[in-house]
Amino acid sequence: MTTALPLRPPAHQVSPRAVRWWRLRDALTVLALLVPQVVVVVLGGPGWLVVTAIATAVVGAAYAAVVPPLLYRIHRWEVTEEAVYTLSGWLVREWRIAPISRVQTVDTQHGPLQQLLKLASVTVTTASAKGPVTIRGLTAGDAAELARVLTETTQATPGDAT
Amino acid sequence: MTVPVPAPTGTPSAHGQGADTPWRRLDPRMLAITPIAGLVRLLPAFVIVLFTGRGDGDLSRVWASVGAVGLVVVLGALRWRFTRYRITGDRVELHSGWLRRQRRSVPRDRIRTVDLTSRLEHRVFGLSVVKVGAATGSGHDDGLTLNAVGRAEADRLRRELLDRTAATPGRAGPEPLPSSEIARLDWAWIRFAPLTFSSLAGVGIVVGTLFNLLDDVGVDAGDIGANAVGDLARAGLVAVLGAVAATVLVVAVLGSLVLFAERWFAYRLTREPDGTLRVRRGFLTRRSSSVSERRLRGVELVEPILLRAGRAAQTRALAAGLARDTQRGVLQPPVPRAEADRVAAAVTGADPTRTTRAALHAHPAAARRRRLTRALVPTAAVVTGAFLLDAHVVGPVSLLLLPIMAAVALDRARNLGHAVTPGYLVTRQGSVVRRTVALQQGSIIGWTVRQSPFQRWAGVVTVEAVTAAGAGAYRILDLATADAAALIAATTQDGIRR
Repeated sequence: MTTALPLRPPAHQVSPRAVRWWRLRDALTVLALLVPQVVVVVLGGPGWLVVTAIATAVVGAAYAAVVPPLLYRIHRWEVTEEAVYTLSGWLVREWRIAPISRVQTVDTQHGPLQQLLKLASVTVTTASAKGPVTIRGLTAGDAAELARVLTETTQATPGDAT
Repeated sequence: MTVPVPAPTGTPSAHGQGADTPWRRLDPRMLAITPIAGLVRLLPAFVIVLFTGRGDGDLSRVWASVGAVGLVVVLGALRWRFTRYRITGDRVELHSGWLRRQRRSVPRDRIRTVDLTSRLEHRVFGLSVVKVGAATGSGHDDGLTLNAVGRAEADRLRRELLDRTAATPGRAGPEPLPSSEIARLDWAWIRFAPLTFSSLAGVGIVVGTLFNLLDDVGVDAGDIGANAVGDLARAGLVAVLGAVAATVLVVAVLGSLVLFAERWFAYRLTREPDGTLRVRRGFLTRRSSSVSERRLRGVELVEPILLRAGRAAQTRALAAGLARDTQRGVLQPPVPRAEADRVAAAVTGADPTRTTRAALHAHPAAARRRRLTRALVPTAAVVTGAFLLDAHVVGPVSLLLLPIMAAVALDRARNLGHAVTPGYLVTRQGSVVRRTVALQQGSIIGWTVRQSPFQRWAGVVTVEAVTAAGAGAYRILDLATADAAALIAATTQDGIRR
């Protein structure tokens, strides 16, 4: 499978801790699916639930083992003087470009898990509902710095960015 | 006296000038209209309630009716009493609601459209409903509706709200100059009406009204149907089906003609001196919609398959902040293709070869293969299911789906195309509804490139041009991977370089 890339990959990788973050998130999802099944089985539920519970655990564990490192390898970002540029997704690859001159708002998010790992995501929105560009899994420091730089740059650009 | 000043873009003035602009109320004639409109709608129910009462002494029904009328009047009066609006230097504000008070405030520099609608009851009293369409960065429609004000006031609002140069509160610009006409109705276009989907809507309306009528009279429509079918069954099933099909066809054609006449009566597309494009139309319900030309980001040529077969099309305006809505941005009725191109050219000010008539680059062979597999694999699954369900009738009949879907897929592949013309990015896709979008290059505010595993394998990508207009993003489907970067570089002045 030869894959010519449509665009060159962005320059920077996200924080290596992001792998742990994605794994934790996957583990929580698996738990949320698994616990009700186990509870029902313990309370004397039907036998086939044991099979689905085991299947959930196996598939979930495999996903958590394989996918996060893959995501880390794929996820990249870059901010140039002209644009914010990201690449994400492990099955469906997605390259997103938002020219700096069209950026309207810059947000940083820290979810509970991200706070635990001192990570953050930066979302850059433009005037289109379809255009937000999110960089996930940055270290909190990098994210704050990036948001500061982006806010400064966009404030320096005149116009209402439509 | 108004001095034209340059529009203050995004000036933050929280309590800008005009914080003490007086509040205005909706037109007092609404006090009469709301109850009348309500009563007209309730009338069939009243008649039935009054005349189907069992026994003579049953007055409770009458009292209930009188009570309902009273309630409608009181609620209408309360609504009027508690609704007020005003236009300050930088905002339009609407306070409404009696139990649940609502306050809407729309920044004036976010206003994209002003639509005036007068239904029959409004026209009798000379009123108009004013709908202000606005957008914020979130892409939601954050407009407001004034239901209703006098026609002169509505016209004043339309001019004042869309004309940023006359932003003096409480004062309209100078008396309007004559507007220039871009297009007006040609009744020959009504021949396209049966080719639109509104012919189906026509059937729906006629049948729906009929059933309602029967239902109101207290006749079970199902009984009639059953009896009629019983009688007709002797005349042979084929004859019945033929008769039904012929009736539906006639009703559909007549319905679509009536709908066309109602919708497009007195249609005019004009360019107003205040820099807006204005569409006026309607027989019973008068509509006027205005889009600020500064917000225009391109045009879209829509060709549903029947219209395409009749060599007709419809042009729509793509304007920043206009949501994707079936009627928004519609500039004309279904018209001959050449007329659609002419209006597109007049609206954009660009030669049609740069927009709707651009010579498009075809997409690679992989795009055609993908259209075919994406159409035929699910269809094959459906056919298999049909055979499992019933191998004698349903299964064989479902086989018909395969050639139909294949034809649609091939047509989709043939229609795929894109072009970069001076100032515009043109992209076309679709078969059942073919859309040709011409987007100003300057209005592209981002790019998304997507590639699924199958696309990786086929060596193609889907490129989306992100914009604040229309659907928010326009797709170029299954472009050769190598062409994506070149396309992005060619259409983005301040974008990313390879």
